Amino acid sequence: MTAESLPSGQINSLADIPEYKGLWSWVTSIDHKQLGIMYISSAFAFFLVGLSFGIIMRTQLLVPMNRFVAQDFYNQVFTMHGTTMIFLMAMPLLFGFSVYLVPLMIGARDMAFPRLNAMGYWIYLFGSLMLFFSFVGGGAPAAGWFSYAPLTEKGFSFDPGITYWALSLLVIGVGSVATGINLIATILTFRAPGMSLQRVPLFVWMVLATSFLVIMSLPALNAAIIMILFDRILNTHFFAPAYGGSALLWQNYFWFFGHPEVYILILPGFGVVTEVIPVFSRKVLFGAGFLAASTVAITFLSFGVWMHHMFATGLGFSVLYVFALSSLLIAVPTGIKIWNWIATMWGGSIRFTTAMLFATAFLIQFTIGGLSGVLFAVIPLDWQLTDSYFVVAHIHYVLLGGMFFAMLSGVYYWFPKVTGRMLSEKLGRWHFWLMVLGFNGTFFVMHLLGVFGMPRRVWTYPYGQPMVAYLNMFSSLSSYVLAFSILIFFWNMISSLYKGKIAGDNPWQAWTLEWATSSPPPPENFDSLPPVYSRRPLWDLENAAAKVPEGGEQS
Amino acid sequence: MDLTNAQSTNIFAFATEQARTIVQLHYATLAVCTLIAMTVIGLLSFIIVKFRHQDGNPDPEQYEGNLKYELTWTLIPTAIVLGLGIATAVVMHTINPPVGNNQPDVIVIAHQWWWEYRYPKKGVVVANELYLPEGVNTLLEMRSADVVHSFWVPAFGEKMDTIPGHPNHIFYKPLKPGLFVGACAEFCGADHALMRILVNVVPPKEYDAWLENQKKVPDAPTDETAQRGKELFLSKTCVQCHSVAGTTAQALVAPDLTHLATRQTIGAGVLPNTVDNVAAWISNAQDFKPGCHMPNMRVSKEEAHAIAVYLEGLK
Repeated sequence: MTAESLPSGQINSLADIPEYKGLWSWVTSIDHKQLGIMYISSAFAFFLVGLSFGIIMRTQLLVPMNRFVAQDFYNQVFTMHGTTMIFLMAMPLLFGFSVYLVPLMIGARDMAFPRLNAMGYWIYLFGSLMLFFSFVGGGAPAAGWFSYAPLTEKGFSFDPGITYWALSLLVIGVGSVATGINLIATILTFRAPGMSLQRVPLFVWMVLATSFLVIMSLPALNAAIIMILFDRILNTHFFAPAYGGSALLWQNYFWFFGHPEVYILILPGFGVVTEVIPVFSRKVLFGAGFLAASTVAITFLSFGVWMHHMFATGLGFSVLYVFALSSLLIAVPTGIKIWNWIATMWGGSIRFTTAMLFATAFLIQFTIGGLSGVLFAVIPLDWQLTDSYFVVAHIHYVLLGGMFFAMLSGVYYWFPKVTGRMLSEKLGRWHFWLMVLGFNGTFFVMHLLGVFGMPRRVWTYPYGQPMVAYLNMFSSLSSYVLAFSILIFFWNMISSLYKGKIAGDNPWQAWTLEWATSSPPPPENFDSLPPVYSRRPLWDLENAAAKVPEGGEQS
Repeated sequence: MDLTNAQSTNIFAFATEQARTIVQLHYATLAVCTLIAMTVIGLLSFIIVKFRHQDGNPDPEQYEGNLKYELTWTLIPTAIVLGLGIATAVVMHTINPPVGNNQPDVIVIAHQWWWEYRYPKKGVVVANELYLPEGVNTLLEMRSADVVHSFWVPAFGEKMDTIPGHPNHIFYKPLKPGLFVGACAEFCGADHALMRILVNVVPPKEYDAWLENQKKVPDAPTDETAQRGKELFLSKTCVQCHSVAGTTAQALVAPDLTHLATRQTIGAGVLPNTVDNVAAWISNAQDFKPGCHMPNMRVSKEEAHAIAVYLEGLK
């Protein structure tokens, strides 16, 4: 490495940075890196809570007619599991990655609106705490994470749980929109000299797409939530058919948000593996233009597929057919990504670090999740499979085996940058293999449970269906392996934070700008920036003999 | 509930003509998807073995893409999904044609947490146990009395949501006789898991006989306990919710009990239908179906037994 690109001074851990000392510096922080770490830490804390809910559910379903928990509590648990994992874990996790990495990757000193950034985090945290307060404030919500009306109307859910659910999601939703705007402004205006939009790392590009999805889809949810709050508090009847309202209206609003939400969650995961795979294959990304363009295609198409969540609600034929086609077509840009990642690995010199292992498992598991999604787009099959355990399998293959595995790959990849310490590869391998076993054991058999006629969200299931009983027991036992692997992961993070090997600036010989500063980066990120002639500025620097592209430096 | 004598709930074990068509499409789609998954997994396995880093490896050749490959993996999947799209449209038209002016043979009304079945052409109302004629294409109308539920018998193929204020329709042409089970598939509140569906598919002759019997007003009880049970039933709050044809009990809130003794289960598949179970259910239904809308009736054991004997005489 050339010396001119490196910041002066020796920084090897967060403790070496005086600005980050003491709790007060974190509470009052408007620094994107501190806020990123806070987002990610909170998300992981809520992951543990959501995981515990999952374990309670799997334990209840261990044997038929189990009485481990009461059904009211079970209904609260699965509602809170879904809500926690989507709104309190997955979205903050991707926001954490985004606000931490985007300024570093584009060579900026911070986000465009640092105070807005802090506001986004704090209202997320307090909104989340309000949701959990419902457990002691009169009962947690118990209508599922998508809260179908009219079950959420006061006449059917008298406890205040749904009101807590709606209020806290409204608060969090406002924060998410603010963070989305912030990310868009940052990416569009704060890029380093020479970094045209064609030269931003694809992680940044996908975060940009996600941010547009956030600011365009979350307002639909926020609006619907205000309506259900009106229904519950002011006795309006937007969603009460008995008084002239419409039950399907809620479903349309919710899924108009809900399906783009799936891509909000998965696109940053795509971004992570798009960074990880080339670095560990030691190859330039294959078909970067197609990866970028397919992201744009997904962004647009994702607003035209929401009704595939409603294929069994008795819609008109023409509507059904349009949404079947759009849902089938969105598989094409998603497939383009898979093939380009595979082509990037092809002919490479692949180092299977834990980060790369997670990225590889992501490829396989996400492919399975994507293909089971194709079955739902073929409407007659959707009529069979929707609302069964097959859906539970599908969503977990996409979000846990896909999005979360990708994010874990990102954790193993960027942990050295964030903390200055390497994660233990040995524990990482234990974590990886146990998690692959536990995850696939828990969720693959759920496809079969759906095929054997088990509806989702059931507190228990009857005797007399031996296959259903065996598969449930297998799934439950595997879920304990999954939970154990997560404990290893947390132990790895905690112990490596103190005892991990010093990482240095660029332990993976990666090529994007975040590796051109110290680990962890100083408060304003860079002393000086290398020139940007391509998506891989540090590669260009290393191979200085390589030609400077025609057109030279852009501004 | 024990389901040992019911038919398989495997969605591939089709029992209606509609389900048979769906299953064929399912096999075709699964074959395509499996082929794609195997290609991806196969390629990755090859890559993992072949392109692993070894010490001393030079950096691999850098190439940024290949338009021909990109077009290949854009156009072939597009062709595949368009093919699936056409198959989707064809099958949809086959199994679920427009209803037009057809009147439903059965109106299914979902309640929290039980099923009401009305046969409008015959003037029959029953609860929790649906009868369908074998070999006859039957039109069902799906309604809800409260929240969104979903009618799902896996062996019958299509499931259909019951949405308040939004009646839906579905055709089933059962292929073989037997007891078929299913369950509510859309989360509908406390007892969603205990809202089972039972469907008896019987030959048309038997079906007509069953309908005739359901239309009849059951005989008045003759034995003493049953007579006392009837008195109790009509004097307690039972009549605020339930109805029995030929009596003053005519409420529509809870399951119609006119021919209770002809059913296999009570509580929408929660308990086998016996005198003792009905008595226990009357004493406190919350023990068996916590959260259900039938309250603790605050009757003595003896009273509960008498009412149960009366109800079990309604054939």
